[in-house]
Amino acid sequence: MNQKVLFALAVAALLGAFALGALIYKTRQGEQAVQIAERNRGNLVRTHSPTLGKADAPVEIVEFLDPACETCRAFYPAVKQMMAANPDRIRLVLRYAPFHNGSDRVVAVLEAARKQGKFWPALEALLAAQAAWAPNHRPQVELVWRHLEGLGLDLERVRADMAAPEIARVIAQDLDDARVLNVTKTPEFFVNGKPLPSFGYEQLKDLVDQALASARR
Amino acid sequence: MKADETTAWYLVFVAWLIASVSTLGALFFGEVVKVPTCVLCWYQRIFMFPLALILPIGLFPFDRKVLRYALPLAAIGGLIALYHVLLVAGVIPETMQPCTQGVPCKEQVMVWLGFVTIPLLALLAFVAIVVLLCIAHFRSPK
Repeated sequence: MNQKVLFALAVAALLGAFALGALIYKTRQGEQAVQIAERNRGNLVRTHSPTLGKADAPVEIVEFLDPACETCRAFYPAVKQMMAANPDRIRLVLRYAPFHNGSDRVVAVLEAARKQGKFWPALEALLAAQAAWAPNHRPQVELVWRHLEGLGLDLERVRADMAAPEIARVIAQDLDDARVLNVTKTPEFFVNGKPLPSFGYEQLKDLVDQALASARR
Repeated sequence: MKADETTAWYLVFVAWLIASVSTLGALFFGEVVKVPTCVLCWYQRIFMFPLALILPIGLFPFDRKVLRYALPLAAIGGLIALYHVLLVAGVIPETMQPCTQGVPCKEQVMVWLGFVTIPLLALLAFVAIVVLLCIAHFRSPK
């Protein structure tokens, strides 16, 4: 055989084997993720979680979120848009996955704001100012206060409530559920209990559209 | 091409196959399976990946001097792999390992048959490449 042909065939075979292996592995991983989510439905939604939208909405998006995560920040308006485009049909359940070091303290601030009925405005204010209080991806809870002014929050009470043991329990429970559900990156979405086949806005939108369509039937 | 030179060509070709399989294997475990890559693994990658690209340059047209530019990579990579294997085996004490932060090099995520680890495969690949290149060099006519 011509040596150049042999070389070309070898290159094609190696790259082909790599692509096939990657495809098989990813497919199997996707199937496993679906099974893990199915087996652990109880870990997906807890009564303590903040929710947005009607309780009986046919489509439920569970989002594991880290307030210090840039991609979470980028996805937040997209999820809100989906909800606005389908009023009363989508419910958002937020779970915490504070994987950034120090992010759990910021989650505690949000939970304390929740006690004053200001969870969503506080979350939106902090996501908008993320770069200011998490410089170089290092969340610093002492930098968040400035960005919570003007929301009508009693910040002294937030500071006091942050240390509440039930807030620590909520964070610990969410982190534990994230571990059980194999959530290792944020944001991670589950739509009516199904994980994304792979990460991406299109994948999330497709899954939500499918769930909306099957709810209409 | 003379018979000797053809044999040498095939030896270098096999060396390239080994380097390419190692490169794609490392990328598969690192990028697809997402096995964390420790510092020593990165050093071995630095010496293995270029071999997959440099060896074909010695194949078309066949260059007897391929040994000159491929051997330093294969030999140094082999030494790092040897160090890593000895570290995993416990011959070199743990205190000497350079990577205390991040992924510890001593911890092996992938183990097949109870003893086959990625650094062992890397060592075998580097040694095989060195041997093949040397034989090719001395068998090919000057």
